[in-house]
Amino acid sequence: MGGSRERVLARVRAALSDVPADEPVERHPHRSYADGHFEGDTLEVLVDRLLDYKALVERVPESELPGRIAAALERRGAARVAVPPGLPSEWLAEASVERVGDVPDAPLSSMDLDATDGVVTGCAVAIAETGTIVLDASPDQGRRALTLVPDYHLCVVRSDQVVDGVPEGVRRLDPARPLTWISGPSATSDIELNRVEGVHGPRTLEVLLVEADG
Amino acid sequence: MRIALFITCVNDTLFPDTGRAVVRLLERLGHEVVFPTGQTCCGQMHYNTGYRRPAARLAVRFVQTFEGADAVVVPSASCAAMIREHYPKLGRTGSRLSRRMADLGPRVYDLTEFLVDVLQVTDVGAYYPHKVVYHPTCHGLRFLGLGDRPYRLLRAVRGLELLELPGATECCGFGGTFAVKNGAVSAAMGFDKARHAVGTGAEVLCAVDNSCLMHIGGTLSRQRSGLRITHIAEILASTEKEYATT
Amino acid sequence: MSSATFLGMPPFPEAARSAVEDSRTRHNLHKATHTIRGKRDAVVGELGDDWQRLRAEGEAVKTHTLRHLDHYLEKLEESVRRAGGTVHWAADADEANAIVTRLVKQTGESEVVKVKSMATQEIELNNALEAAGITAYETDLAELIVQLGEDLPSHILVPAIHLGRAQIREIFLDKMAEWGVPAPEGLTDDPRALAEAARVHLRELFLRAKVAVSGANFAVADSGTLVVLESEGNGRMCLTLPETLISVVGIEKIVPTWSDLEVFMQLLPRSSTGERMNPYTSTWTGVTPGDGPQDFHLVLLDNGRTDVLADTVGRQALRCIRCSACLNICPVYERTGGHAYGSVYPGPIGAILTPQLKGMSSEADRALPYASSLCGACYDVCPVAIDIPEVLVHLREQVASTEAPLGEKALMAGAEAVFGSSTALDAAQRAAGVMRGAVPKHLPGLAGKWTDTRDIPDIPEESFRKWWNEREEGR
Repeated sequence: MGGSRERVLARVRAALSDVPADEPVERHPHRSYADGHFEGDTLEVLVDRLLDYKALVERVPESELPGRIAAALERRGAARVAVPPGLPSEWLAEASVERVGDVPDAPLSSMDLDATDGVVTGCAVAIAETGTIVLDASPDQGRRALTLVPDYHLCVVRSDQVVDGVPEGVRRLDPARPLTWISGPSATSDIELNRVEGVHGPRTLEVLLVEADG
Repeated sequence: MRIALFITCVNDTLFPDTGRAVVRLLERLGHEVVFPTGQTCCGQMHYNTGYRRPAARLAVRFVQTFEGADAVVVPSASCAAMIREHYPKLGRTGSRLSRRMADLGPRVYDLTEFLVDVLQVTDVGAYYPHKVVYHPTCHGLRFLGLGDRPYRLLRAVRGLELLELPGATECCGFGGTFAVKNGAVSAAMGFDKARHAVGTGAEVLCAVDNSCLMHIGGTLSRQRSGLRITHIAEILASTEKEYATT
Repeated sequence: MSSATFLGMPPFPEAARSAVEDSRTRHNLHKATHTIRGKRDAVVGELGDDWQRLRAEGEAVKTHTLRHLDHYLEKLEESVRRAGGTVHWAADADEANAIVTRLVKQTGESEVVKVKSMATQEIELNNALEAAGITAYETDLAELIVQLGEDLPSHILVPAIHLGRAQIREIFLDKMAEWGVPAPEGLTDDPRALAEAARVHLRELFLRAKVAVSGANFAVADSGTLVVLESEGNGRMCLTLPETLISVVGIEKIVPTWSDLEVFMQLLPRSSTGERMNPYTSTWTGVTPGDGPQDFHLVLLDNGRTDVLADTVGRQALRCIRCSACLNICPVYERTGGHAYGSVYPGPIGAILTPQLKGMSSEADRALPYASSLCGACYDVCPVAIDIPEVLVHLREQVASTEAPLGEKALMAGAEAVFGSSTALDAAQRAAGVMRGAVPKHLPGLAGKWTDTRDIPDIPEESFRKWWNEREEGR
């Protein structure tokens, strides 16, 4: 439909006849608002906001991570767990679960994923102010379907991945990658505008926030 | 200070008591009030209904009538907003007329703004022994940004008990020709405003705009409610002396 | 399975009159709009003075983009192509529907899953697909309710806002079986149970669907990234699992750069659902090998938008990011609901967008600019500072200059004659003073619309002017 393209663009240009021809087309914004809007410790705020959106959260010293992952999976009763191709191998070292690997050469089908009890991943960025975790499909997170179809998502967030607010989060992310911003488990406000958790996405989001030992 | 009064067509014709109260109040505070007799209407009804040219002609008349004044006081927030916010847009951009309108605008005040900001007075020496609720009209609240000025003036009135109006910031539903063009919705909004006001147990509902009060008052009157309406000027103008003589 | 349409609905004043009398809808709307107002106020308040800074920046980004829309459209097209997507241009609804239908047919599929999208509602895509033998399944909970109930959307964000939980339960029990997995027996009207029924109803569909149709909240010109904000995960399902993704996006949805999203990702969730952040946001740039749909089509939709763009006052309506805050705060919308506006875009934004997109040739479209008391609450809450009252008045000017009712024209001319000189006004006031005892309680004609529900004030014996002049003479 080459004709439509030219027609639409011509109509746009005709509609903008009032705009001076020399008006600069690039914009250089000076943004004067703060990055975050809270007082206190960034990690504490992240925990608070995640809890507010009904996620499960634990703060974990780095050395205890494999044990705490194993404990979380056991609590959940997860026997078959989907695993992204680049998940650090030590993370599941202590977990007695069946690992259902998703690798580029042999990707799991949606039905396969639906038959797992959950998925364990890392993340790209976490935004404290909004309680948001962003996945960018890196090897420790896997392709998007992996964190979507299973009903339980256990996500490991390193403290150096946590930023105060949305602006820094956006700066750290690469738009060329497929991104999923997650703020709590799936929810709906479509019935009388009250929020109800648990619709199509994972109904349980559990976050382990890892800090260096010390 | 010599103050030019723009009474507005609605007050002039239907609510002269409000005008008399403004004169009494400002004179009591020691100022001279003048009433340029060439004045008629600010053109708000024409403008809001889409009749821009008649509105522009009325705007020209207003500017010619009031241009020399140091300060123009208007006992109507919506007319003050019309003059200040919309007049500059009525002349051609950059024209002499639109400059004259923009020049005059900052000297045009709603009554409560004028008292608090220019005369810098909140206790105007008034006495009004009644339970009162204040309805912040849309133009006062959102267009002029009157904020707490009317409340500060009312709280300083002796004998007055100021009650809180639930849903205060919501429009009463008057909206000029909206009141007849969408009569059913307008009435439903007015009914809710009246219900909230009556629910406070107040004796008097006041505001900075008689057109809104005419709508709410008309609803109250049809419901045979005992709640009275009055312009805030009439409360601020009243004193012990008047209560003693009436 | 039939789709409802807004076509042939009565003009706003008439539709509104019956709507205000529907007490169940009034109750549902009051409850929902007041809930969301409270949530919005709280999360907007958290940002303090920065809210206005973000709002000003949102306005500035959108205004700038619109003023150079041709440049950014070409840039977006190039970025999407470079990332492996295909870009199509649609001048109107028919072209867009034809493109989508053709693309679906090329896949050999006869069903598509849909993410909630205003653009596809606007062009009535589902009807066009149905005519071509393709079933479109709405997957957003509220859209699903509307589709199952053969109803019309009444809100931009929550199309089923006019329905309460009990009504939703009835629709699920009656209709789910017709479309797929039936509602469980013994379904209660607990929102959790209703959400669970929707999950079960759609689950298998998501897992088998090969083609999805979406809109987008934003399209980033420099990176070619599309952005969809949602809550339930139905969006993620549609954007991730199928093999083919077709996104129909209005040409005004562009933002210039990736970093501009930092503004809108703060403005939109707080304005829309009253949350610091919505549960899920998906962004994708063309095609990612091995992840998500491998065939991606972007359909850029004009459908009247260039007409809006050509109006230098009305243009600001294209800044809209479809948050619905203006609907939720509007006292008129609260009492009439969305159907009275006769368009997929109801409420204050609809009252300025619909007549501009469609033109004002019908009585119904001409009535919309008057569906407001001009109270200004919509402008106050708008995250991109669209001066809705200003545009309403601007559109009223267009109506008044052509098709205004004769009674109104006569009233305005009469009023201008009276206000044209102070002597004419004085004479009219004196005449009214003489007549004051003879005014009936119920008046005919236009004035009767006032006296139907309200008394008129007593006409005073003398005007202020008369009193003043007498006082001056007495000095």
